[in-house]
Amino acid sequence: MGRTLAEKVWDDHVVRRAEGEPDLLFIDLHLLHEVTSPQAFDGLRKSGRKVRRLDLTIATEDHNTPTLDIDKPIADPVSRVQLETLRKNAAEFGVRLHPLGDVEQGVVHVVGPQLGLTQPGTTVVCGDSHTSTHGAFGALAFGIGTSQVEHVLATQTLPMTRPKTMAITVDGELPEGVTAKDLILAIIARIGTGGGQGYILEYRGSAIEKLSMEARMTICNMSIEAGARAGMIAPDETTFAYLKGRPHAPEGADWDAAVEYWKTLRTDDDAEFDAEVVIDAAELSPFVTWGTNPGQGLPLSASVPDPASYEDASERLAAEKALEYMGLEAGQPLRSIKVDTVFVGSCTNGRIEDLRAAAEIMKDRKVADGVRMLVVPGSARVGLQAVDEGLDLVFKEAGAEWRHAGCSMCLGMNPDQLAPGERSASTSNRNFEGRQGKGGRTHLVSPQVAAATAVLGHLASPADLSDAETRTPAGV
Amino acid sequence: MEAFTTHTGRAVPLRRSNVDTDQIIPAHWLKKVTRDGFEDGLFEAWRKDETFILNQPERKGATVLVAGPDFGTGSSREHAVWALQNYGFKTVISSRFADIFRGNSLKNGLLTVVLEQKIVDALWELTEKDPQAEITVDLVEREVRAEGITASFELDENSRWRLLNGLDDISITLRNEADIAAYEAKRPSFKPQTLKV
Ligand code: SF4
Repeated sequence: MGRTLAEKVWDDHVVRRAEGEPDLLFIDLHLLHEVTSPQAFDGLRKSGRKVRRLDLTIATEDHNTPTLDIDKPIADPVSRVQLETLRKNAAEFGVRLHPLGDVEQGVVHVVGPQLGLTQPGTTVVCGDSHTSTHGAFGALAFGIGTSQVEHVLATQTLPMTRPKTMAITVDGELPEGVTAKDLILAIIARIGTGGGQGYILEYRGSAIEKLSMEARMTICNMSIEAGARAGMIAPDETTFAYLKGRPHAPEGADWDAAVEYWKTLRTDDDAEFDAEVVIDAAELSPFVTWGTNPGQGLPLSASVPDPASYEDASERLAAEKALEYMGLEAGQPLRSIKVDTVFVGSCTNGRIEDLRAAAEIMKDRKVADGVRMLVVPGSARVGLQAVDEGLDLVFKEAGAEWRHAGCSMCLGMNPDQLAPGERSASTSNRNFEGRQGKGGRTHLVSPQVAAATAVLGHLASPADLSDAETRTPAGV
Repeated sequence: MEAFTTHTGRAVPLRRSNVDTDQIIPAHWLKKVTRDGFEDGLFEAWRKDETFILNQPERKGATVLVAGPDFGTGSSREHAVWALQNYGFKTVISSRFADIFRGNSLKNGLLTVVLEQKIVDALWELTEKDPQAEITVDLVEREVRAEGITASFELDENSRWRLLNGLDDISITLRNEADIAAYEAKRPSFKPQTLKV
C-alpha cells in the first residue's frame, strides 16, 4: 500500500526502530529561542554534554524583544536576563545566534523559512508549538518541550511515536477577500480545538495548491490550534520557486538532487489516511473568533452565539464563560464589536505578503479615532523589505505604529500588551484569556480584516469599506 | 528524574475543561531561566479568587489533581509541568490531555492518567464531599483506587518502564550512539546546514 507524505518523511528519518519502543528520529534542523532553551542548556551543562550538531542548530531572539528603542538596554529585568542567558549559552556552546538588532533576527518561524533552512522532507523542531508552520514546505515540523530541546541538543534525535494522519482536503476557489487565515479559522471551528489531536494534518486539494508559501505557512502555523502537533503541505513548484536562491538552499548539483527527492514527497494515490475532512473553499467567507479559544469562530456576517444553543454541556459552559470574559452579548452582530487595538504581526501573519495585504487596505485611509494599530513585521528582514516597498510609510500615514520585528503583542511578553478590558483584532493565533495582556480580549482575524477593522473601529472586512467614505484621494 | 511506582494522596477536584497552559502558568513566568520556583505561578489568575479550589485550606498538601477534559492544551511550555510539580502535584487525572503536555509530563516524571469521564466524575464527587479522601495511583498495577472506585488505566509500556525506573531520555538514547552515527554518515549532502554560508 502507498504511503502518505507524513509517513514518507517519517520513514526517511528513522535512526532506530525497535518493537514496543518509539522510533528514534533524526532531526535535520533545530531552531532555538530565548524562552524554552535556558533550562535545556542548563541540563547539558549539568551532565557535561555538548551540542552534537552545531551545523544543524540556529538561535534567534523573539518572544521578549522590545519593538521600540531596540538599541537601548531592555527595561524589563527578567526579559533582559532571559535574552542575556541565550547569548551566554550560544557563545559557550558555539551556537549560531541572531540577536536583537541583527538583520536575520525575528520570530523563529519566520527566520527559518526565509533563510532557506526549512526545506521539503526535513524534520524541524523547536521549543515552540507553532513550529508546525514549517510543514508548509513538506517538512515534518513539530513543537517540543524543553526536555526534548535538551535531548535534541545532545543527540540530534528524538524518540517519537508516529501520530496518525488526517487529510484536510480543500477544493474549489476561495471567494474574493477570503484568505488563508479565514480558511484555517474555519477548519478549526469545524473540527474543534481537539479535532486534530494525535494526528499529523495534511492540507491538500486544489484550493491549497493555489496558495502562496506565505499563505501555506499561515495554515500550517495554526495546525496546533486544531490540536495537531504538525500540519503539512506537499512541496510543489511554488515551494521550489520560494526556496531557489535563498541563503541556505542547495546549489548546483545539490539543488537538482534535492528537487528530484522533493518531487517524491507526495501522498501516494493508494495511501490511506486515518481520517479525512473535506471543505468546500467556495463556501467560505471572512472568519473571526468571538470567544477565548481558536475554535470559537464564526463568519464575520454572523452574530455572537447564544450559549444555550449548544447541545454539549461543556461547550455550553465554555461559551458562557467566553462571553463573560469577552464582554459580549449573545445575538450581538460580530460587525458591531468595537476594538481599541489592532495588531498585525506574529508568525501566523507577519510575513511580507501579510503586510502588503494590510497596507493595500490602509493606503490613503486613516486608523479610526480611539484605535491604536500596531504593525510588527515577523522578522527584521521582512521589516527591511516592507520599508523598501514603502509599506511602513503607508502605515505611518494612516496613523498606525510601525515597529521592530518580534513576537510582540501575540503574547505580550514584551511591553506590547493589552490593558485589562481592552479589545483587539489580532492577526495572531491565540485568543486565550489574558494572552495579549491580563484581562485583554482578543479577536483573531486575517490581515485584511485587521486593516478594515482599524479603519472602521469595529470588526469589519474590506468589503465594508466604501472608498468614498474612508479614502482620502491622493494629493488632497 | 524521580521514579514513580505508586502514590497515594489527597486530591484537588478541578471542574474545568480545556484548561490551557496559559492558565496553568501564565506567559510572564516563562521568563525565568531555572526549572524551579514556579509554584506561585500555578493557575495564577484563578488563585486571585478566594473561592478557587486551590485556595481552600483543606486542599493544602494535596498531590493529585483531578481535572476536566482537554487539560494542557495550548502552548508547548514545559513550565506547565514544572509548575504543577513545584506546587507538589505528583499526578494529574483527566479524561483527555493535550498531546504535548502529556509528553512533557511523562518525561518529567509527572504521571498523567487518562480515565473515562464517568470515573473522573466519581472522583470529583468523592473528593468534593470529603476533602480528606485519598486517591492511590498505582503504576505497577496500572490502577487508580479510591473509596468505592477502582479503575485501570493504560500507559504505553515504554513510558511506564521509564517512569518506574526514573530513567531520563538522553541517557537511553545515547546507548544507541552507533545508530545515530551510521545515520549521519549516509545523510544526503543537499540537506540544509546552519553554519554554511
Ligand atoms: S509570534 Fe506568537 S505564536 Fe509565533 S512564536 Fe511568537 S509568541 Fe509564539
